[in-house]
Amino acid sequence: MSFLKFESLKKEFGDFVAVGDMSLDVERGEFISLLGPSGCGKTTTLQMVAGLLQPTSGKIMLDGKDITNTPPNKRGLGIVFQSYALFPHMTATENVAFGLEMRGVGKADRMARAHAALEQVRLAQFADRYPKDMSGGQRQRVALARALVIEPPVLLLDEPLSNLDAKLREEMRIELRLLQQDIGVTTILVTHDQEEALSMSDRIVVMQRGEVSQIAAPLDLYERPTNTFVSDFVGKTNLLNGHVSAPNTVSVNGTTIDVDTASADVGSQVTLSVRPEKLRLCDDTTGQKVRIDAAIFLGSSWLYRVTGELGELFITQPNTGSAGYSKGDMAHVSWPAGSLTLFEDAVS
Amino acid sequence: MRRLGPVALIFHAVFVIFILAPLVMVIAVSFTDKGYLSLPTDGLSLRWFYAILDNPSFIDAFWMSVWLALISASIAVIIAIPAALAIARHKFPGRDFIAAFLLSPLMIPHLVLGVAFLQFYSQIGLGGSFYGLAAAHIVLVTPYALRLALSAATGLSIEAEQAALTLGANRFTVFRKITLPLILPGVAGGWLLSFITSFDELTMSVFVASPATQTLPVKMYNHITQTIDPLIASVSTVLIVLTFILMLILDRFYGLDKVFVGKG
Amino acid sequence: MSAASPRTTPYLLTAPGVLFFAALLGFPMVMTFVLSLHSYDFNTGIQSDWTLANYADVLGDSYFHKIFSRTFGLGLLVTLICVLIGVPEAYVLSRLSSGWRSVFLLVVLGPLLISVVVRTLGWALFFGGNGILTMTAQALGFSDEPVSLMFTFAGMTIALVHVLVPFMVISVWASLQKIDPQSEDAGLSLGATKFTVLRRITLPQAMPGILSGSIIVFALTASAFATPAIIGGRRMKVVATAAYDEYLSTLNWPLGATIAVLLLLANIVIILSFNKIIERRYAKVFE
Repeated sequence: MSFLKFESLKKEFGDFVAVGDMSLDVERGEFISLLGPSGCGKTTTLQMVAGLLQPTSGKIMLDGKDITNTPPNKRGLGIVFQSYALFPHMTATENVAFGLEMRGVGKADRMARAHAALEQVRLAQFADRYPKDMSGGQRQRVALARALVIEPPVLLLDEPLSNLDAKLREEMRIELRLLQQDIGVTTILVTHDQEEALSMSDRIVVMQRGEVSQIAAPLDLYERPTNTFVSDFVGKTNLLNGHVSAPNTVSVNGTTIDVDTASADVGSQVTLSVRPEKLRLCDDTTGQKVRIDAAIFLGSSWLYRVTGELGELFITQPNTGSAGYSKGDMAHVSWPAGSLTLFEDAVS
Repeated sequence: MRRLGPVALIFHAVFVIFILAPLVMVIAVSFTDKGYLSLPTDGLSLRWFYAILDNPSFIDAFWMSVWLALISASIAVIIAIPAALAIARHKFPGRDFIAAFLLSPLMIPHLVLGVAFLQFYSQIGLGGSFYGLAAAHIVLVTPYALRLALSAATGLSIEAEQAALTLGANRFTVFRKITLPLILPGVAGGWLLSFITSFDELTMSVFVASPATQTLPVKMYNHITQTIDPLIASVSTVLIVLTFILMLILDRFYGLDKVFVGKG
Repeated sequence: MSAASPRTTPYLLTAPGVLFFAALLGFPMVMTFVLSLHSYDFNTGIQSDWTLANYADVLGDSYFHKIFSRTFGLGLLVTLICVLIGVPEAYVLSRLSSGWRSVFLLVVLGPLLISVVVRTLGWALFFGGNGILTMTAQALGFSDEPVSLMFTFAGMTIALVHVLVPFMVISVWASLQKIDPQSEDAGLSLGATKFTVLRRITLPQAMPGILSGSIIVFALTASAFATPAIIGGRRMKVVATAAYDEYLSTLNWPLGATIAVLLLLANIVIILSFNKIIERRYAKVFE
């Protein structure tokens, strides 16, 4: 039996359906990400788990108990808010010790545990600082220590890294994931950043307009998205509109492409998705002829925008140390078999 | 590029002189050694400050004003805190109306408040009582306390309270340990502004105060309408000095510009 | 939090204030209005009839016309002068280095906290027959007679400008604070002169502050009591001092109540219509 379970969870604000009929089973110790664009209902879901919002219908079960109607201060979950929500009038230690104080832990004991928690996030030397005297990354870690010190059954993270700069964000991803595995706490992360979700999670729940689009492990999600929304939102992709002209053949702008059309009927509109890094540019004459419209050097790779009979494509090529193509060059694009994914939903 | 030209600086100097002139005048006259209004050209004297001590009615009026301001500012703050939290935090039918109602004394001329209280108290038999005067002052200063409490409560992130709630605090603990400490600077500023407003109020109090509950501004006004003498100047000087001290505290605490604009 | 708490919470939280205000503000105000609808007899006092006679009296009497028009004119003049000197001062303040700025903010705004009685007393000392004005005029040989601005319109105007100009400064100051200083740099970079930047970029952005400052100054002038009473006295009556006399000298309370009601109505109409103008013209740009 799963540790945390959402049963047909639903939240409406007047006529607006923020979350519609969401069900999910989370295993003990699992790291789950709720991924989606803003307004997709991921934060609403998190707030319902936290008890800060009351679901319109549905149930939330934790360790076999129905907690749907339990007030937030009795749920005992650890939450890291997007703004960190540190108490500005308390020091780091006092912030971390607050939850313990609420649980009636004696002063000496709670100070010791707060210090241990701060040590765990490598902030022991900042114990007596106020939030305003700390950097974004330090505040973030205080918030994490404050959520973890109460030994919550579930840790909820609401866009915890979104206020950090890019470099720190990448460091914190690793640190957070290691800490989570170390403690083994069941974790739900809300994020709009697909890299963040891919790099940290055991499983990802992609949400769109209050509905679940796909639930899968990171690699499965990236390699085998089940609809155009997921393939476009998770990672970068080229989407090509076409129709099935014969079994296992799709026609795009008059060019035929061999692809497994599976159940799609001949004549139906389909969308093909191909990742930019799966495409290969070369000078020989295999594949489609294209013209380079733009060439951008990204350090570890090149990003090209090309035009050919298939229309416009984005292609990334690893940087091998030699000069790449320049604008105006002609080249040929090809792809290994199996790099194309076919969706029966057409993109608008 | 941000520098000011000479015309601007001269204008500024004239403006500042205009603002300070009457206050300097009052202070200067209070140090005269003559028995009549004059500038202390022959020498400074404290005789008119000693004269205050011989006029206990001014001292009584001063304490009356202090008590009145203490009581009305404190009760105004007690009314304002929960109201500010409700208005800043909740969306509910009638919210705008309630906010406008509680801020409405700001829009009503003090004279109108004064005549309304005069008639009301004389009909219910509270005419000339301290309670009536205090109640009138509470109505008068509550908007000031509310405005500052509102701006403090509006600037407050709800997440800090949610965090405390999820860490196991009940609503009362959240209020006591998180909300109140965070809005305290605004509330303190509101209290001080209410205190000063009540202490200085003349127009409404002229109608409501009786000889037994004469506040300092009323006493001074009545004195000025009879005669303007160095005594009233020395009383005013004491008042200027006391206000200046309060002003420094308020500025330190909160920033004078924020107090008057009423926005955080 | 708001979603998880019961619907009654905000009403319970505002109840103390609302109940207190209903009993001690709403009720007295209604009573004053009712009083203005009763007539007054000099022998038997307040009658229990219902009549608009008091309104007809006030609105039809040339004595009251003069008082109302004087008050209105005083309000316009004081507001105009406050705009003319308060707006430049706010601009100067916004340009000072932060150290000087906090000193002069204290100097300019501080007097708001000092009793109006004290500030008006200062002007009375200047204006009195044996005051500074007379001494200066005599010393400079302008006049042998005492020069007095006591009981004059000019004296009231100067004193009221002094009392109220800080409201204009603070209001304009607040809106200058919101201006992105880079918008002025942008103007300069596009080739505008400093004066053009002031006129075309800074001033329009300060306009909401100037308008709201004007409402405050006008409304407070129109209902001012202490300054007109001390400087203007019986000879230069304004609406507030006239109502005071009806209540405490003539004892014709219904007539005094009528004046008070009219003053309140005029005040509310002016404030609300001014606010409407500001909202309509500026809400789109500044909210």
